[in-house]
Amino acid sequence: MKVVKHALPSVDGKGLMMGRPAYTDDLADPNSLIVKVLRSPHAYAKIVKIDTSKAEALEGVEIVLTYKDFDRRPHTRAGQGFPEPSPYDKFVLDQWVRYIGDETACVAAVDEKTAEAALKLIEIEWDILEPILDFETALDNEILIHPEPEIFENFPIGFDPKRNLAAAYSMEVGNVEDSLKECDVVLEAQFYTQAQAHAAMEPHTVNARMDYQNRLVLYTSTQAPFHIRRIVSQSLDFPMSRIRVIKPRVGGGFGGKQHIHGELLVSTVTIKTGKPAKMVYTRKEVFESSFQRHPMRLDIKLGAMKDGTLKAINCHILSDTGAYGEHALTVFMVAGAKVLPLYNKVDSVKFYGDVVYTNHTSAGAYRGYGAIQGNFAIESAIDMLCEKLGADPIEFREKNMMLKDETSPIFAIMGEGTEGTAMNMESCELGYCVSRGQELLKWKEKYPRVELADSKVRGVGMAIAMQGSGIPYIDMASATVKLNDDGFYNLLVGATDIGQGSDTVLAQIAAEALETTLDKIIVYSSDSDLTPFDTGAYASSTTYVSGNAVFKAAMDMKRAIVKEGALALGVKFEDIEYDGVVLKAGDKEITLKALSNRLYYSEDQKQLMITNSYFGTKSPPPFMAGFAEVEIDTETGEIKIVEYVSVVDCGTPINLSLAKGQVEGGIVQGIGMAVYEEVLYTKKGKSINNNFLNYHIPTRKEINKLTTEFAESYEESGPFGAKSVGEIGIDTPPAAIANAVYNAVGVRIQTLPITPEKILAGILANKAKK
Amino acid sequence: MKVNVKVNGQNKVFNIEPGDYLLDTLRKENYLSVKKGCDNSSCGVCTVLFDGKPIKSCSLLTAKIEGHEVITVEGIQKEADKLSDYFGAEGADQCGYCTPGMALSVYALKEENSNPSDEEIKEYLTGNLCRCTGYQSQHIAIRNYLEDK
Ligand code: FES
Ligand code: FES
Repeated sequence: MKVVKHALPSVDGKGLMMGRPAYTDDLADPNSLIVKVLRSPHAYAKIVKIDTSKAEALEGVEIVLTYKDFDRRPHTRAGQGFPEPSPYDKFVLDQWVRYIGDETACVAAVDEKTAEAALKLIEIEWDILEPILDFETALDNEILIHPEPEIFENFPIGFDPKRNLAAAYSMEVGNVEDSLKECDVVLEAQFYTQAQAHAAMEPHTVNARMDYQNRLVLYTSTQAPFHIRRIVSQSLDFPMSRIRVIKPRVGGGFGGKQHIHGELLVSTVTIKTGKPAKMVYTRKEVFESSFQRHPMRLDIKLGAMKDGTLKAINCHILSDTGAYGEHALTVFMVAGAKVLPLYNKVDSVKFYGDVVYTNHTSAGAYRGYGAIQGNFAIESAIDMLCEKLGADPIEFREKNMMLKDETSPIFAIMGEGTEGTAMNMESCELGYCVSRGQELLKWKEKYPRVELADSKVRGVGMAIAMQGSGIPYIDMASATVKLNDDGFYNLLVGATDIGQGSDTVLAQIAAEALETTLDKIIVYSSDSDLTPFDTGAYASSTTYVSGNAVFKAAMDMKRAIVKEGALALGVKFEDIEYDGVVLKAGDKEITLKALSNRLYYSEDQKQLMITNSYFGTKSPPPFMAGFAEVEIDTETGEIKIVEYVSVVDCGTPINLSLAKGQVEGGIVQGIGMAVYEEVLYTKKGKSINNNFLNYHIPTRKEINKLTTEFAESYEESGPFGAKSVGEIGIDTPPAAIANAVYNAVGVRIQTLPITPEKILAGILANKAKK
Repeated sequence: MKVNVKVNGQNKVFNIEPGDYLLDTLRKENYLSVKKGCDNSSCGVCTVLFDGKPIKSCSLLTAKIEGHEVITVEGIQKEADKLSDYFGAEGADQCGYCTPGMALSVYALKEENSNPSDEEIKEYLTGNLCRCTGYQSQHIAIRNYLEDK
């Protein structure tokens, strides 16, 4: 392959580093009204009276919006396929506020200072309500977070607001209770995972204007522009045909931008005033008033025989969706669907639990959603079980894990919010990933621990993981290839580049299929007026689903070129040989350049422009093995990640350096989740660490050595053999690091993050026992 | 109030309010390479050079720059162009939001210390956060650029 499977620079990196205006706020109308939101100071309260007259009277204030300005039209802010598997439990503005930071009212003014001043002039009389801040007490609590009658589910997702339940689910293969009885060894363990913040460098931002056709044009930093268009239309009752959504360059998403943020309020301001308007979240708002990863409690039971066969898995999860139920069910299901099939040889497996409302910031989509929580619990529990069995954790995994050509009944049972799809693993190099990772980390020399001088101990630990590639029978992507005079192409895709490099990867797929070079493919993405539909950048779908659409459209284009070449040369279609540059038939030939100039200017004139789409019928999982080496200071509990080895099977990596970037970026966010990051609240539900000084994401000083390799693998159903690679990297660090810490100092951390305080407490407790 | 300043080699007069921060002034004046990521000097995407030294423009009052010199990426296009080749080769740019600020920090580092150690590079750039790349590819790209490989 000439273009695919090479490390090519991204199509946009240079221009962005050189500072060319490209992001949402760079493209705002300079005369935009500044939109600011009054955020709730209470975790749960009802507005008894709201007086905006003073704010409205302030010079420079254009409009003030409260719940009274909106019809009660429930919707979900989750950017998902329609009808969404998330409850319709949110109103643009509501008389109730359900977390500290919730939207209470909104002001648009000529500048920021005026808008801020106006917010202070809004007078509210509150009925302050008792909140629920501990998710373990939410179910069937007498306090109801969503008592309002208008809210509903689109189809059964276990939604029961009278019980504070956003969603619930349960499934069982075989009979877990019976299987456990037959097992020689049973392990029971409880795990907790924390809320993590996405912390994309670009804050949420959107701007709107009415164009010369009196249509609403939104520039927005989003992962799902087509869903944004639909939700704006739905929730504001504004015709979809009068909305254009443009997604410019996006400064990182990680799932955080798979939601509605300011779009509804900014659109309302522009529709009502006719004036351009913009909103840029402050970092505090990004932390407090956007979304975060679902905190979970996971109760795991594993049963195995003495010979090291895993027989049964029982997994109960309680998940905290916060104030609103965006992605409540789907994140929950992924915690099972993208983890449990790893151990496909069990007799029985049960997965069930509840997703409850609390008065915290909403949880939502976040890279690796569900999978990272499930992986931490299961992959920690496997090591704990191995210890009980006296088994080697790697040999145990090799014996029980998914292999090529195998399947799991879970694929057919569990999808994302719906039933799943049966599939065999046509590509699965997990065995190679596990053995290569050991070599790279020198596992055999280091396992389980190496004692250094000065109270330092190093330990190694590992975990395996899988993801998916899009949501089968739901996700659809499409692509248009247009031939230009002079013989270069435009590639128009709905697919959403949020920094992961999908424009580059999709252009590479087109270039390979058209046998041309990357510079001949001019890619333009995510403009609801100009590009064809795509569900968006989420669920690890772009390379596989959108990539397949691009491949199909490009292959169609190649055939169309050959057809026109045959016409031009006066030969039969079959007689043409075409290498992407010259069309030949015997001694006759014409270059693509000459042919396209002929098509546009001289004979048989026509535009060659072809659209094709792809609708996935399966979701081939990428796999990986992650190996961590940690160094613990036994006197302070201080932890350092010495090295992290990743060996990944993502099928063909379309762009070697960008694929590596996806893995390493995921690993470091996973390391963040494992050891540094946690959204903390006061007892009253107020966020404590709502800025980068207090919420610690990894800096370059904490990252020592990342070793990343790809397995040779080819997925028949993917474009040029590719599967997805966007999320898999984030899944393993919590479990691999927890296992490494245990191997180093004998302290088993079951509540993330793995802080020095927890490690030290464990070390001291162990000492006391001795 | 009026502030006289040299931006990217050109003398400018900015009309500002006393409480304005340099980041907002620069963006208003169309230096759109300067990004906003926070408001308390903790992310680095707003980095500019102030008399040659990298500073966080979100936390410097514009009023304080009277008579000083400010450089944004618009003023070091050649170096940014070159550095971006090294980033491209390593896949060290993903969303790119952190990269203009990074380019200025790297440029300043090179002026100060043409042969920094790995630790010195990391130390100098700690304030330039990146949530996308995991840092290692950036580190390799920066080292290669400094060694002009
Ligand atoms: S915007 Fe200045 S440091 Fe974050
Ligand atoms: S490339 Fe996205 S923040 Fe650095």
